[in-house]
Amino acid sequence: MSIWEYANPKKFMQTSAWALPWVTGLAVIALVGGLIWGFFFTPDDYKQGSTVKIIYIHVPSAMMAINAWVMMLVASLIWIIRRHHVSALAAKAAAPIGMTMTLIALFTGAIWGQPMWGTWWAWDPRLTSFLILFLFYLGYIALWEAIDDPDTAADLTSVLCLVGSVFALLSRYAVNFWNQGLHQDASLSMDAEENVADVFWYPLLICIAGFVLLFVTLVLIRTRTEIRSRRLKALEARERMA
Amino acid sequence: MIALLLRDLRLAIRAGGGFGLGLAFFLIVTVLVPFGVGPEGDTLARIAPGILWVGALLACLLSLDRIFALDFEDGSLDLLATAPIPLEAVVTMKAAAHWLTTGLPLVVAAPVFGVLLNLQGEGFFWLTVSLALGTPALSVIGTFGAALTVGLKRGGLLLSLLVLPLYVPTLIFGAETVRRGTEGMETGAPLMLLAGITAASVALLPFASAAAIRVNLR
Amino acid sequence: MMPDLGKYAGTVLSAYGVTLALLAALVALSLWRGARVKRALEAQERRMGRNG
Repeated sequence: MSIWEYANPKKFMQTSAWALPWVTGLAVIALVGGLIWGFFFTPDDYKQGSTVKIIYIHVPSAMMAINAWVMMLVASLIWIIRRHHVSALAAKAAAPIGMTMTLIALFTGAIWGQPMWGTWWAWDPRLTSFLILFLFYLGYIALWEAIDDPDTAADLTSVLCLVGSVFALLSRYAVNFWNQGLHQDASLSMDAEENVADVFWYPLLICIAGFVLLFVTLVLIRTRTEIRSRRLKALEARERMA
Repeated sequence: MIALLLRDLRLAIRAGGGFGLGLAFFLIVTVLVPFGVGPEGDTLARIAPGILWVGALLACLLSLDRIFALDFEDGSLDLLATAPIPLEAVVTMKAAAHWLTTGLPLVVAAPVFGVLLNLQGEGFFWLTVSLALGTPALSVIGTFGAALTVGLKRGGLLLSLLVLPLYVPTLIFGAETVRRGTEGMETGAPLMLLAGITAASVALLPFASAAAIRVNLR
Repeated sequence: MMPDLGKYAGTVLSAYGVTLALLAALVALSLWRGARVKRALEAQERRMGRNG
């Protein structure tokens, strides 16, 4: 039993069909539970008032915006090295999800920044790097859309993803160098002591779990769609040949 | 390799297009900016480093799709790919030719355009130095973008979308060098980081570009 | 039931609103495209099964 078995589209379809209801259920429970806990049953922060409730969506979406790109990077590497089609399709499936997460993080950040920093947008390093990340997602998706041949598209987008990762990281540090920001330091780390208080911490953890599960659910659904669409194209081609 | 470089240079000069076009575009951008922000010398002097860098970057972008498009259409790219020299070297030479025809004129012209934008004192020196160090990176990164989109029909717009985010670090460090230089601050750090990006891009990106071309020629 | 959001009610609610709207759009789009492709594939498989 090895993880590479799932590189077989048929095996992947079977397993994901079995896993999908479970993951979906867990995602819904965690997301709804975490958000309701966070929204209705947490106190206001003494400084930020009720706007502290925004972190239950802002922090998880920002984490997933980055994690989605990392997942695409890993999937691209697997495609380049071992040429498993499911992997390339999973990377393709993840990109719009990551882009949406980036948008959510940007929007909630802007909405939160308005009363807190007195401005919708500041050229703060983190905001700026998220905007750049958004541009990278746009370019990646546009390249997938522009190329007809699926294997060529998978190859080129993988190369773009690798190079893009390096440059995204570079931009992150360049932007830091360019402008020291308003953003608070990481409010999360493994060390809960120096972080946000427990009342905010537990619902936030659940929300993060919810976003991760939602991401997994959507990637599974979208990858299944991509596999089916690939098979549809192959069948149509075969029909034309006959 | 040298022959290839000379051939590309000769083509670029004879065809007219790329050589003067980027420079003319740069001039127009520089002229348009004061119309947009007003003729006050102080304002212009403050934004001059950024405008000049952004203008140079856009002028560079303009001629990128010509790097491989003509060779791809008439089939000489297939010949180059099967030639005895490695494709990585071909790509590097293409980038060098692009730099010599687009980047180098920009470096030379930028101080002159700086006068139009009321660039101050030390700024001229740092502008030239930072552009001289930074434009090779723009050419190499652009060649990578051109390699990705070489077979595509509507490649031009997509090329900009792919390449511009990759230009961010170069632009930041380049413009920061000039800004600091103009204000009489220490410029070592951004200049070295800029040089580092250029060196790393020149060393590593040709492999990615060559891989992309191999995929596109399959 | 509704917690007192104080003077930031608009801020918090719009942040949640935007998020839920974007997520709903993403989920709906994924499911819709999934269903469409699945239907098309099943139709194709049936037709080819009959002919071949």
